[in-house]
Amino acid sequence: MSRSPYLSSAPSVSVIMLKVLLALLPGIAAYVWVYGGGILISLALASLTALLAEAAVLRLRQRPVLPFLMDGSAIVTAWLLALALPPLAPWWLVVVGTLFAIVVAKQLYGGLGYNPFNPAMIGYAALLISFPVLMTQWPSPLALAKVSLSFADQWHYIFTRSLPLNVPVDAISSATPLDYLKTQLVLQQSVSDIRNTPIFGWLGGRGSELVALATLLGGLYLLHQRIISWHIPLAFLATLTLLSAAFHLLAPELHASPQFHLFSGGAMLCAFFIATDPVSGPTTPLAKLVFAAGIGVLTYVIRVFGGYPDGIAFAVILMNICVPLLDAYTQPRVFGHEK
Amino acid sequence: MNALVNLAKLFKFNGGVHPPQHKQASTTQPIRVLQANLPLVLPLRQHVGNIPHLRVQVGEHVLKGQLLAEAEGGISAAIHAPTSGTITAIQDALIPHPSGLPDRCVTLQPDGLDEWTALTPIDWQHMEKRAVVASLRQSGIVGLGGAAFPTHIKLRSDGRSGIHTLVINAAECEPYITCDDMVMRERAADILRGIAITQHLLGAERCLIGIEDNKPEAAAALRAACHAADSSAQVIVVPTIYPSGDARRLIHVLTGLEIPSHQRSVDVGVQCFNVATVLAIYRYMSFGEPALSRIVTVTGNVARPGNFEVPLGMPVSALLEAAGGVLEDTSEFIMGGPMMGFSLPSPEVPVTKATNCIIASTPSLFPPAAPAMPCIRCARCADACPVSLQPQELYWFAKSDNFDKARDYKLFDCIECGCCSYVCPSNIPLVQYYRYAKSEIIAQDRAKEAANLARERNDFRLMRIEREKQERALKHAQKAAGAKAEASKIEPGKAEPSKAESGVQHAADPAVNVAASPASAQAEAAKKAAIAAAIARAKAQKAAQAAQNTAAVTPAVAAEMAAIDARRAEAAARAANINKDDVAEAAAATHVADQDSTTSPASAQTVSSVAPNSKEPS
Ligand code: SF4
Ligand code: SF4
Repeated sequence: MSRSPYLSSAPSVSVIMLKVLLALLPGIAAYVWVYGGGILISLALASLTALLAEAAVLRLRQRPVLPFLMDGSAIVTAWLLALALPPLAPWWLVVVGTLFAIVVAKQLYGGLGYNPFNPAMIGYAALLISFPVLMTQWPSPLALAKVSLSFADQWHYIFTRSLPLNVPVDAISSATPLDYLKTQLVLQQSVSDIRNTPIFGWLGGRGSELVALATLLGGLYLLHQRIISWHIPLAFLATLTLLSAAFHLLAPELHASPQFHLFSGGAMLCAFFIATDPVSGPTTPLAKLVFAAGIGVLTYVIRVFGGYPDGIAFAVILMNICVPLLDAYTQPRVFGHEK
Repeated sequence: MNALVNLAKLFKFNGGVHPPQHKQASTTQPIRVLQANLPLVLPLRQHVGNIPHLRVQVGEHVLKGQLLAEAEGGISAAIHAPTSGTITAIQDALIPHPSGLPDRCVTLQPDGLDEWTALTPIDWQHMEKRAVVASLRQSGIVGLGGAAFPTHIKLRSDGRSGIHTLVINAAECEPYITCDDMVMRERAADILRGIAITQHLLGAERCLIGIEDNKPEAAAALRAACHAADSSAQVIVVPTIYPSGDARRLIHVLTGLEIPSHQRSVDVGVQCFNVATVLAIYRYMSFGEPALSRIVTVTGNVARPGNFEVPLGMPVSALLEAAGGVLEDTSEFIMGGPMMGFSLPSPEVPVTKATNCIIASTPSLFPPAAPAMPCIRCARCADACPVSLQPQELYWFAKSDNFDKARDYKLFDCIECGCCSYVCPSNIPLVQYYRYAKSEIIAQDRAKEAANLARERNDFRLMRIEREKQERALKHAQKAAGAKAEASKIEPGKAEPSKAESGVQHAADPAVNVAASPASAQAEAAKKAAIAAAIARAKAQKAAQAAQNTAAVTPAVAAEMAAIDARRAEAAARAANINKDDVAEAAAATHVADQDSTTSPASAQTVSSVAPNSKEPS
């Protein structure tokens, strides 16, 4: 029997996942710079949980454990989830979210390649619904800069929720800029006034915009390495830009500028790392464009009109549902066939 | 005029890949000619199509170039003695085919004299074209790019609209293979002569020679030869990208024409030949020399890689010896290139007309594929597919035996080029899945055909019984009318309306059957004939359509399906009293009787266990 082709050029799944992890490093570095080393604890916790959970389920399902652990996909999920959570979230929140992502959203559907939804986003959404308060309390880079919260303090806080006496609680649990903007708008403040508060920087939130920039850098690396195609990041970012620009131009006092939307919350992470998850995303180029544009629209709508501070997770999950349909209706013309 | 505009520009197909070339090793030395000294084993079927009709017996002495087996039926090719000697056996032997199954072979013990039979050159310039092409049937020449489709069929011009462009496939896009490259470097002038003949026979206005830019020496040699011969043929250098040597892709790259899936290149006015094939045409026309040898690249883990002019039937092992012998660690031998080739069942199999390349492989040269992981839907395969298929979807459907869906997603347009597997990060042997799905679908189609045929036969039988019954009734009624019998006399149930359609024979019901007047019986019979004719027409149409679905299958299978269709149409016609001409037309409508090699010769691998193929898109 022929086993041709005898050649293979492809980077293995592990290499692809490794490069994704590599591409996340600039963002993580910025995170540490802005919020301190606590995020590293979250990342480690999530990774450990993901690997153990994956191994346990694989064993239960009587599938080979090692090759699937080595593929690295569990760690990618873990890191994405950890990066989406508040940096000083309690340890059990990280563990529960990761467990949910790996066991329910990934393995129960059949493991790598079979999950219809982005596991990290399912984990995130589950946490957001179950623990809304914890999920919206972010450390304030501004306040953190004033107090000195050492790595040991952060460790302590993550595991015991106790802070050194001189650190005010709102330093580690304030509203995110996105959240703040929304609540202030409800209080009839104008966008320009709100943006004058010191928690905002020149793009998005002070500090968090740096993380977004670094994430963008990692994303460009993925594009360069052809790990992801340009369709999804471009369509997502363009849609978000266009929508926010349109509203901003119509009513600048009621709607934040495009650059604020691009560099706040999880937009950059979504554009290059979350929406580009191949397993739960579409495959044809056109479907990718529609899919990402859909996420852009939903993200904006949920951010501006919905009840949640950021809409990424729900937008991604909603568009995941549409994937089979999108793929089916965007089949490219086959050589020698009419459309 | 349009043609000139097109020439300025090359066209692109989707995807394609750039596997490492590894072509230098075998191009350092000129082509070496090997003499036949060992027994030659000549498989009767070295081509796509019918097995030729044997003309010699064991013990017979034959001369070099003597006909051993004659082309039989529509698609077939002759076999000749590559040297003089004695036929020592006619038996089944291992042949170079992925199935690893033996097939009928003629063994020729060379007498060492290499004594020629009398050859008759063809006066192609003055003879009628049709006669020239007919003579080619005796030449045994088949497509030498690896597809091995009988050449005379591709040159037939019967009932075809004009061919405006002859495309010469000199792309040789598979890694490792250099036989065409070397032939072009060394025998460019003869290739140009072959092109002139081919162009003349086709009546093509222009000739485009498509050659990848990794063969500058060959391209220069061809250009010089064009210049010297004052030929209008144009050497067009195309970017090196696999599989640009696939005929449909190459025609697209050169002309911008996209051959519709269910048509052949001739339907858009283009015919495509491999360089080595036109060279063989030249040798046949000028010297009367049939297909006796071919150029084979021997490379990989051998001491002195190179190209050899090899008498057909020579064992691959002898060829490897000629290349300095295999080196340590050699684990298997691949015929064809690494993208579409297959592992030989044994190095003792003979070289055939389809053998373009032998690669001695080692585990480090072509490492065994890593264990397959699940598909992560990364769509790298779709990006690489030159046919713009969605390999990940096809894989899914093939894996779950969802064959209808696989067909919907154009499984049969897949040329099995392997680009998808080549780029798949999950190491999924995608092409294997497609081969499997194709063969399953073809098997199902065949089973369905057979069942239909059986059912129809039964229908005809019932119809015939019914008709005979009616004829009897008619006769009877006439007799009755003629005898002026009493009005009260009723003949019970001999003119019962036909139930043949349902296949159930009802007992005649005398109560219903009141008066079978001759007039009504006649009207009835006429109506039935009309209905039967209509059914036959519909069936012929359906057959044509069904045949189209699998139109991209190997010509061998296609021919068989066409035969089935013809049988069906004929049977239907017999029942409906359609005349023979209509039958012929119905069969012709199936459109599959003479496929050309451009339609996925690859599937030969899946389907027929005997047709030799390596279908490297040269
Ligand atoms: S390249 Fe492999 S893993 Fe990627 S979509 Fe195609 S079949 Fe799936
Ligand atoms: S083998 Fe078939 S599906 Fe795969 S790339 Fe080639 S044509 Fe496309």
